[in-house]
Amino acid sequence: MATGHVRGAASAVQVHPALSFDLHEDWRRAFDPCIQCGMCGGVCPLAHAMDHTPRRAIHLAREGLLDKVLQSNTLWLCVSCYTCTARCPTGLKITDVLFPALRDAAITAGLQLPGEFKRALDNTYRYGNSLGEGPRKRLEWTKGAGVPVPVISQVRRRVEVLWLVECYPSYHPRNQVQAQAMARIMHAMGVDFAVLGPEEHCLGDCERLAGEKGLFESLVEYNTSLLDKYEYDILVTGDPHAYNSLTRIYPAITGRSYPIRHYIEFFAGRLDALKPLLTHRIDARVTYHDNCCLGRMCGLYEPPRELLQAIPGITLVEMPFARHNALCCGGGGGGMWLDTVIWQAAGERLSDRRIGHALATGADILAVSCPFETPRFEDSLKSTGHEDTMVVRDILELLDRSMQGGTVA
Amino acid sequence: MNQSGRDVWVYVEHLRGAVAEHTYELLGKGRELAGALGGRLVAIFLGEGVHPLTDTLGAADSVLCVEDAALAGFTPQAHASVLRSLAEQQPPRLLLFGATSMGMDLASLLSTTLRMPLVVNCRDICVEDHRIIATNQMCGGKLLCQAEIADAPAIFTVLPGAFPAAQGKSDHPPAVQRIATPVPLEGLRTRFVRLLEPAAGDVDITKAPVLVAVGRGIQRQDNLALAEELAGLLGGAVCASRPVIDQGWLPVTRQVGKSGMIVKPRFYLALGISGASEHIEGMKGSELVVAINSDPKAPIFEVADYGVVADMFDIIPALLGVLRARKGLAA
Amino acid sequence: MNIAVLLNMVPDLVEDLELDASGTALDAQWMRYVLSESDEHALEQALLLKDRHGARVTVLALDYGDVDEALYSSLAKGADEAVRLVGIPREGLTKRAIAVAFREALRGMPADLILTGVFAIDDLDGHVAGLLAGLLDLPFVGVTRSVEPVCDDRVVVQKEYPGGLAAEIEVDLPAVIGVLSAPQPPRYVPVARIRETRRTRAVTAHDVSSIEIPPGPAILRLLKPEPAKRAEMLAGSPEDIARQMVAILQERGVLR
Repeated sequence: MATGHVRGAASAVQVHPALSFDLHEDWRRAFDPCIQCGMCGGVCPLAHAMDHTPRRAIHLAREGLLDKVLQSNTLWLCVSCYTCTARCPTGLKITDVLFPALRDAAITAGLQLPGEFKRALDNTYRYGNSLGEGPRKRLEWTKGAGVPVPVISQVRRRVEVLWLVECYPSYHPRNQVQAQAMARIMHAMGVDFAVLGPEEHCLGDCERLAGEKGLFESLVEYNTSLLDKYEYDILVTGDPHAYNSLTRIYPAITGRSYPIRHYIEFFAGRLDALKPLLTHRIDARVTYHDNCCLGRMCGLYEPPRELLQAIPGITLVEMPFARHNALCCGGGGGGMWLDTVIWQAAGERLSDRRIGHALATGADILAVSCPFETPRFEDSLKSTGHEDTMVVRDILELLDRSMQGGTVA
Repeated sequence: MNQSGRDVWVYVEHLRGAVAEHTYELLGKGRELAGALGGRLVAIFLGEGVHPLTDTLGAADSVLCVEDAALAGFTPQAHASVLRSLAEQQPPRLLLFGATSMGMDLASLLSTTLRMPLVVNCRDICVEDHRIIATNQMCGGKLLCQAEIADAPAIFTVLPGAFPAAQGKSDHPPAVQRIATPVPLEGLRTRFVRLLEPAAGDVDITKAPVLVAVGRGIQRQDNLALAEELAGLLGGAVCASRPVIDQGWLPVTRQVGKSGMIVKPRFYLALGISGASEHIEGMKGSELVVAINSDPKAPIFEVADYGVVADMFDIIPALLGVLRARKGLAA
Repeated sequence: MNIAVLLNMVPDLVEDLELDASGTALDAQWMRYVLSESDEHALEQALLLKDRHGARVTVLALDYGDVDEALYSSLAKGADEAVRLVGIPREGLTKRAIAVAFREALRGMPADLILTGVFAIDDLDGHVAGLLAGLLDLPFVGVTRSVEPVCDDRVVVQKEYPGGLAAEIEVDLPAVIGVLSAPQPPRYVPVARIRETRRTRAVTAHDVSSIEIPPGPAILRLLKPEPAKRAEMLAGSPEDIARQMVAILQERGVLR
């Protein structure tokens, strides 16, 4: 499969060929080349529950029967896992173009939207985050970090790293501890970093995938002018969707590139400085879940594994369906806001299915690198009765533990 | 000052042949306020065929009963015009309503037509010399406002449950004055048609004043019966966190949380719910939260007002026992 | 049918409420405003009447607290006209004064039906819906869950009572209705349409500074009940705990 390079990125990232992205592309014309092979529906983890598979949705839309698709459950079952996009022999941008366009059409036509989904979009519009938390509370998490977390508007100088903490790590209790861990790691490594604080808004990747084009556009405007206010060498984030957005989407829309790294690349690139700090052993079998944005879309399979293997005592085991075959946790592209809808249609959560893969390895720890995944997989362990068998930890938490000592579980 | 000028009037709310419980709360408080003002407590009863109901209003010095067919089914216009006329003839010092569907309508209308200041949603009212000090609750309970009305007759709407009903209940029947309507009630521009019974089907948990919420700790579907009985005795409904709904033990309409309903009941009893933030999001607006969980570190204890670290199956039977005994049922 | 929808901005509870130095008002510096929830339902109820029966909908709002966002998004949802009422300050504005301002604005405006939320979270001296009806001497029903036209000059509403019970009440027009909820949840309007509306539509300004602002009850002080960080734990035997719980419920008025 051909690889591409991100325009202007300092490091060559292997990106899926569906790179060029136009937010206003005439989506119907874009799907003319579809040969109706059915590969998309065949690999989609939720196609079995859809009224129309992606293939059929394209067919119906081309035949002028778009209404049938808009009235169906199909548009609400996509979790933006990019598997269809990765497999499509014609290179069609099903995840980035088709589903957002269908959702946009549904929203514009005034169809009743699922309540949770509506609330998430309203919250993002009003408060800059889908959780509906007040902007002034963005820095609450820093109180438990144990190290200073500078805010760039207060340091008023160029920093090495402008850390885009993003929404779940700022507000969700389970993810706040991960943000705290990341602060401690960067502090211990002597990284010159700062955060945005209350000015920070969601980068909008999930809102874009959810079909709210106008909301995404307003977030792009806001974020591009916000990032222009400050001087930094690189941007680092722990959120794969923010990474996806700044790596592939913002450049395509604005014509500018952003020096964005996910923490796994950033830390893996500085392993020489990090490894000596990992002084405490974590004797455990660990399996890593490749999330969709970092994995399938951006090809970052080795850095997380390098980080895990740098921790003394860890034995890495691979799950079935690893790397580009990884099964999505179900949280992307609005999946976090369509939980009940998806569950009612499919009778299962993708995270439950995936936890089965993890458990099959016999590992003690499921390692992740996306904030959505920790609560989703922990929930799955409880639902499937395995909370005593395995724990879920972000790589940040494992690195932090290896630096600080103490028990992991 | 007019003889009635120190009196406290309580509007008696009734529906389907029963006086509302909070009317007794108003009578109890009204008794105290009338005493402090040196006036009488008068219960105002508008309706048709209300004879037996007036017997329960003995906490009042007297009951002023206006009977007319046009008052049988409540409409704000009919009841407000009668109250207005009565109040213009014999102006009271205080007029008390419940902060309820009926009370809210009447109080605002009368505040303008009688030109009497109004304070709504009161948790407390007291008399200090010539001043009435009312404590209003606003912003979802996050703010209390103490307001003062000096030397002037005023109207208040009172939050149900703010005062004890016991003080407003009396065994001896009151003095009742029955009169015909003081104003014509034909040709009114608002007309009561009929009462609509709640739709058969599921309970709307967003409207229940009390919710008994069950989480994973309920363990088995059979145990829901305990929660149902508790809810019945507390005057509420059963709801659940997502994992219980996932099991199919209750319909999705009973789900509380980010992916379900957002509820703001007066009382939320969380049984065996750990308190994942997705669940908290659905119930954090509850006025009073009590949580029972065997895990002392359960996050639910951070949002609950009261907590019990125990096996819920030890506490529930004891609670059922006490509640049944209160109702005079076998323990 | 001409429908006037009255919108009110109220404190947004997402951020913590702060008291100002005097302790008798909220600190406006940190306050965000949001459209009152029951007013959103009133707008939805009006739009449903427009969709199904072809009414003309005008929204009116006093000028404070990012009101333009509420007005433009109402236009984007389908309102025909939006009016911003200017000329009076927000500070110290009572519900009675708001009702007087709306009465002034409605003068000379044909309105068969006036819809507004039946209450707002910051109500102190009354509820705008009922106060306005009293000032206009119009028929009024509050706490409605549906409004349906019967004919040109009459509607039938369902007034809600506890337990899902409701009363069907006929109301002659013109009338004021205090909406609790619309028959369906407030519709979502895509951000793109709001942005487009801001570019293509105009909000009319209407001066209401001539009104006499009536004084409200004197505010002695505001209090913020401090929420406990953690639950007060009950202890003892199950029977002790059960008795303690029932006592708490009785004290809070949950159990009578």
